[in-house]
Amino acid sequence: MAATLAQKIIARAAGRDHVTPGEIVTCAVDLAMMHDLSGPRRVGPVLKHLGVGVWDSDKVVLITDHLVPATDLVSAGVLDMTRKWAAEQDIGNFYDMQGICHVVLPERGHLKPGLFVVGGDSHSTTGGAFGCFMFGIGATEMVGVLATGETWIKVPETILINCSGTLAAGVSAKDMMLSLCSQLGMDGGEYQAVQFAGEAIVAMPMSERMTLSNMAAEIGAQAGLIAADNTTAKYIREAGTDPGDIDRWQGDEDAEYRIVHDFDVSGLEPQVALPHSPATAKPISVAQGTPIQQAYIGACTGAKLVDLRMAAQVLKGRRVAVGTRLLVAPASTRTTAAAAADGTLQVLTEAGAILMPSGCGACAGLGAGILAEGETCISSTARNFKGRMGAASSTVYLGSPYTVAAAAVTGTICDPRELLVEGDGEHG
Amino acid sequence: MVEGSSGGRAWVFGDDIDTDALAPGLYMKGSVDELAKHCLESVDPAFAPGVVDGDVVVGGRNFGLGSSREQAAQALKMLGVAAVVAKSFGGIFYRNALNLGLVAVVCPAIGGVKAGDILSVDARAGCIENHTQNDRYDCEPLPDHLMSMIENGGLIAHLELRLAAKRKTEGAI
Repeated sequence: MAATLAQKIIARAAGRDHVTPGEIVTCAVDLAMMHDLSGPRRVGPVLKHLGVGVWDSDKVVLITDHLVPATDLVSAGVLDMTRKWAAEQDIGNFYDMQGICHVVLPERGHLKPGLFVVGGDSHSTTGGAFGCFMFGIGATEMVGVLATGETWIKVPETILINCSGTLAAGVSAKDMMLSLCSQLGMDGGEYQAVQFAGEAIVAMPMSERMTLSNMAAEIGAQAGLIAADNTTAKYIREAGTDPGDIDRWQGDEDAEYRIVHDFDVSGLEPQVALPHSPATAKPISVAQGTPIQQAYIGACTGAKLVDLRMAAQVLKGRRVAVGTRLLVAPASTRTTAAAAADGTLQVLTEAGAILMPSGCGACAGLGAGILAEGETCISSTARNFKGRMGAASSTVYLGSPYTVAAAAVTGTICDPRELLVEGDGEHG
Repeated sequence: MVEGSSGGRAWVFGDDIDTDALAPGLYMKGSVDELAKHCLESVDPAFAPGVVDGDVVVGGRNFGLGSSREQAAQALKMLGVAAVVAKSFGGIFYRNALNLGLVAVVCPAIGGVKAGDILSVDARAGCIENHTQNDRYDCEPLPDHLMSMIENGGLIAHLELRLAAKRKTEGAI
């Protein structure tokens, strides 16, 4: 019986030959990822109350990223208890202040095609870029997973987004997702599996694919899958893991999809989401000239190495405008090291960027870089809900790293293509 | 109030109520008690101070979209909300609500409810009574396995029962 990639992974995790969309099945969890904000601080006391530990410490990955480094005593206390819990539960896969969980998890070789993975964060959809079925859950559900190694799922249908064409210079995966948020709405994914496919995806490096899967959360999908190919296998091998049988984790040719969207990315312009929702995204010209005080390049969505390189292409030989601040929080310590090695970091700092610690930081309104009443920011992050990055009256626009960097240079939202010299917009 | 149902006064919200409105990031570091005082304040500052035990939150499309932070559902429960009824939900919020023992019901026909209407919600039967407007809305009934989890008080209480049963079996061997 023909099956989608999502069905194949869920069937395997449920110990079944085949599963049908709509049925509720119990699945064995291959990997559970947690971070400091929703992890041990919330699950630890409950597990203690239940009198149980984690079902398999090798299948748990714990990453501190939301409250790092501590900026007050509450954060310091949460981090302290997180570290103690990791030692107590014998969590070998504990990455303390090494970067944002969605980037660190694949970087350290924890993901490969076919895995059924849960994460204690909504952007856990990012793992789908590696051919995993990975979805976000809350802390109470995580307790259930940690105690039993299982969780239930209503088998989703798959919405196929078939991406054809070639992205123009200065246009990126982030622009594709902002456009999709606007086209499909924040509930266009209907809590089903979304799968990205087509020649535009095949051409993308993993970093860009991760941006697509990451923002599948923004269209309300449970998971954002991309079937593995040679690019995936190469990344996983370089992370020190055997990618396994890639051919096994492909959807069948005759699998049934809930709907197929055809998206020709060739003519796509840089997009910007207006306050206060990614679904308001429009071509950049709509917001042209809007003054900003802060430009933020950060988060799981927009501060991977490729993202920093996009910003550097715009910032090379230029300076951040007077009265504007550019904050850059690389997504992981490995991102920082790679960006230092290839000269990207130097371009950013010479342009006047302020380098921030790797972590979720201002994106979630928790770390350094939050906004005052009435301030305006343009950000490479995934969400711009009212008050998310600081004061309730602050406003956040979303754009690609190119677009954020261009706004930092001019002090107003502008088309980054105007600042990119001809043929300079490649981002492999 | 009908037996086996929950309900009270309706608080009505629009589409796309996100988790940053329900559980503002600025208060996420602290206790849920404190956070609950700021629940939905960016949308309706009168909500947190005014809501009482048994009230019902009525949402539009995609209620609870955004983060996986379950404080979004927990804050509503802590404020005494008996049930959340919406045209549709953000998937993670929906799972969180049920796991925390907060009744969450999908009801595409809920649009006619006005703020302050007295509702009773029967999630098992899949119907909502509007006593003020003398109307009735059909909704998706919750499957039995989820209803029994909610009736046990949520996933943790449910797990306690499951673990106790397992220990008893193991003890018997």
